[in-house]
Amino acid sequence: MTNKFDINNTFDPDKEDQAPKISKEITTKLPTAAKGVDHYLRRTDTDPKAARRAEIQVATLFGASSFFTLVFLVSFVAIPREKKIAVSLIGVTGGQNLVLGVSFGFAILLIGIGAIHWAKKLMSDVEVVQERKEIKPADDVQQEALDAFRVGAEESGIGQRKLIRRSLLGALALFPLPFVVMLRDLGPSPKGELRETAWEEDLHIVTDITYQKIRPEDIPVGNLVSAMPENILEIQEEEQNLNERGKSAILLVRMRPEEIKSQQGPDWDYQGIVAYSKICTHVGCPIALYEQRTHHLLCPCHQSTFDLADSGQPIFGPAARRLPQLAITVDEEGYLIARQGFQEPVGPSFWERGA
Amino acid sequence: MAKFRRNRFASVLVLFFALGLVSIGFTGINKLVTPAAAKIGSEETLVDKGSALFAEGCSTCHGLNGQGTSDGPTLAGVGAAAVHFQVSTGRMPMAAPGAQVMRKKPSYNEAETLALAAHIATFGPGPAIPSAEQVNEWQNASLAEGGELFRTNCAQCHNFAGSGGALTNGKYAPSLGLATPLQIYEAMITGPQSMPIFSDKTLTPESKAAIIRYIQELNKSENPGGMDLGRVGPVTEGLVLWIVGLGSLIIFAVWIGARVR
Repeated sequence: MTNKFDINNTFDPDKEDQAPKISKEITTKLPTAAKGVDHYLRRTDTDPKAARRAEIQVATLFGASSFFTLVFLVSFVAIPREKKIAVSLIGVTGGQNLVLGVSFGFAILLIGIGAIHWAKKLMSDVEVVQERKEIKPADDVQQEALDAFRVGAEESGIGQRKLIRRSLLGALALFPLPFVVMLRDLGPSPKGELRETAWEEDLHIVTDITYQKIRPEDIPVGNLVSAMPENILEIQEEEQNLNERGKSAILLVRMRPEEIKSQQGPDWDYQGIVAYSKICTHVGCPIALYEQRTHHLLCPCHQSTFDLADSGQPIFGPAARRLPQLAITVDEEGYLIARQGFQEPVGPSFWERGA
Repeated sequence: MAKFRRNRFASVLVLFFALGLVSIGFTGINKLVTPAAAKIGSEETLVDKGSALFAEGCSTCHGLNGQGTSDGPTLAGVGAAAVHFQVSTGRMPMAAPGAQVMRKKPSYNEAETLALAAHIATFGPGPAIPSAEQVNEWQNASLAEGGELFRTNCAQCHNFAGSGGALTNGKYAPSLGLATPLQIYEAMITGPQSMPIFSDKTLTPESKAAIIRYIQELNKSENPGGMDLGRVGPVTEGLVLWIVGLGSLIIFAVWIGARVR
């Protein structure tokens, strides 16, 4: 297999008998696979002036690249780093960064464009086909490799030295064991952690971030409150992580009682105030895009939409389960409290969750 | 070949020209239909001025006594703050019904807006326009607390940089870039359109001030790269990379592979 590139096929401008299009006889001299392909000569093949022009163009591109490299070097020193400049369409930005980026980009881009222009206009333009090599090596090469392997095996003496062979096999057999043992670290099992939240009976509902207890009269119709259980900060302090915050976040909204179509339990609202988990049942994004007119709650991650007036049922999007509702009431001082914990796991599905 | 190429460019040019004509025409029509602000005599009281303006500009949809019609909701109990928000942001009077009422150039000046608000406030009790002291409290508020409150209560719809975002069925949360501190305050206590209310009891005036402070800071913060690309994060950034970055790579690939004549 030889490379069939035919160096003699390139155009010679001094010959006069060459037509712009290669004649039948020349085509037969071309590499086999190129037969039948109409080969056109480029203007730069036939017109020395055009070739000269192309040469100048390529040199200009390379020259421009050099210019931009110099611009880069100069601006690195000359432009103060903190200088801001305003550029139309882009806005106010760091002047040095912009010039450095643009000059470096053009320096490398123009080398590339020049090289391609050179290749397309001036380098040899012959259709070339390289035959695919056979996958199977030649017989002698194959035999040589097999011989080398056999000699190596004999020289190592693995056939005679049983002690070495057996101890090696034993070592190789034991070696994967650490990988099996390390599977233990996938645990410990989270047990109830995925099913339980901090919410329990009589726990006060407090506003998130400001942690104030809430009275029902503080929440007018159409109001939205992001809320937490009152002991959330203590739990965070104790557990040294935000897991409980991620599970216990709830939303309180008030609608007119006659707007509530259904709830997850009898009278789980308090005078039209309903509390739902803030965690999407699809993959657990916090959702609070509450539209107070439609009572729709939209998850920003995958557009799951829940209807808070109708048991938190999903009405659109990939979420398959309703948002868990928290039953609420007020204590004797008139502050909102939970009547019980969540009755189903909040957030996305997990392996052992069940239906 | 050359002729074919000319034709292709010509069609693109014609398309752009037609687009330009349409946009110029649309702007012109928009200007024509914007109602001129009514003239007010200085001898009238605020409510009387508002009453006249209301009858002229609002009663068609909201009813002569603000009782509401099939075209617009009742205004009883919306309060002066809601009126000031809707009118000063240009959302009311509405240009055309649709999923979302958009911010535009206000049709009434500040005095007229206050008169309308005073008149509509007589329909029923509702949130009053917050005082200047209440609103200006943001200048003393905590930026860090504002950031925390903004991310918990506002960012879900208005985006982490206050750029707004999509809701359901063509509705959207608007960008906060043009909202004044007073308008932000009013929006929180009145809950315009899809936005829920954030009452003073569950989001205290101090918390509101902190949120406003944070929004002011967001609005004036610089974009390190120059172009903000809408400040909506990886969506537009990715789009630019795909179109400009990949697009230019494809153009180069086509050029490299093209036959030279």
